[in-house]
Amino acid sequence: MKPKQQRLALVGVALAVIAGASTLAVSALGETATYFYSPSDVLAKGVAPGEAIRLGGLVEPGSVAREGATILFRVTDNAQQTAVRYTGIIPDLFREGQGVIAEGKFGADGTFVADSVLAKHDENYMPPEVAGALHKTKTAAEAGE
Amino acid sequence: MHRFANPARFLKIARVATPITALLGLALLAAGLGLGLFSSPPDYLQGESVRIMYVHVPTAWFGMGGYLFVALASAAFLVWRHPLADVAARAAAPVGATFTAVCLMTGALWGRPTWGTYWVWDARLTSMLVLLFLYLGYIALANAYDDRERGGRAAAILALVGVVNLPIIKFSVEWWNTLHQPASIRMSGSSIHPEMLQPLLLAALGFQLIFAATVLMRMRTALAGQVIAARAARLAGAHG
Repeated sequence: MKPKQQRLALVGVALAVIAGASTLAVSALGETATYFYSPSDVLAKGVAPGEAIRLGGLVEPGSVAREGATILFRVTDNAQQTAVRYTGIIPDLFREGQGVIAEGKFGADGTFVADSVLAKHDENYMPPEVAGALHKTKTAAEAGE
Repeated sequence: MHRFANPARFLKIARVATPITALLGLALLAAGLGLGLFSSPPDYLQGESVRIMYVHVPTAWFGMGGYLFVALASAAFLVWRHPLADVAARAAAPVGATFTAVCLMTGALWGRPTWGTYWVWDARLTSMLVLLFLYLGYIALANAYDDRERGGRAAAILALVGVVNLPIIKFSVEWWNTLHQPASIRMSGSSIHPEMLQPLLLAALGFQLIFAATVLMRMRTALAGQVIAARAARLAGAHG
């Protein structure tokens, strides 16, 4: 082999090794790199009261209740639900059916007490008129059922 | 490939290509950002802050694309030892780093009103920050040696190792739960309304051409600097 081909082979082998190593590293990271747990994850893992975690999912429609500055709602992943209590300023994007991430711990009564609440944005971008039209179609379809 | 690796031939092509890419890029950028920042509709949820997307998304794409370019040029330099590949990688790195920094800053400014926070350590944001550090590491390492060739080779190896970060950035939003949303533009289509998608794609093309034009300019400057240095060395030798 000419030196050039040797170097090409060396770079190729090195890249393959690095790719293999990082695949192992990424799969070993697994859950550790996850930013939040869904209600199903929480149930499967069995999070102890007082353990600090982040809980994420959708705000269950119809579950939001306010008591002064305190807001109560349920987070759902369409399989399991978790009740959340939070006192403080809620992001503007917080609304029923939208993604949300609550940081805090479970209380003794099984309610998740959040210290902070972040709104999650999804990958859909559209003008208000389009969103309104979509909403109307959906409502009409639901009414027609 | 070696035909284009000839610096004299490269300079001949670059002299013509630089103004064309720069002007075309500026025109497309003006069109894309003009439409995006002024005449495109606001978003139904984010309101006016959706306009940050027209800068954030293109800079994210070419921050990553720029790194791929640096890595490919580095591989070519390591294998074929051609100096022009090193010049290209060194020229692109600061431009890519700037794009990545702009992406991170615009993302923070968008995150505050939308998510409720400037920054979280989720997989997407963290891996993008790692990309910025890879760029900075490459630049530092490339200039750390008195012997330019050695610095170039050490930095090229770093650039190649760092390539693993690109798929991690891309798929972070699918592999892990993240605060950052998944990709809107996929093979199967886009979940961005056409009235917003068109300015975004125009701006993206503009940013890409500006990126290319800046790299071409930096490569020409670097090559001119080498010519001057060689001439100065010859003159010093003649007088000495």
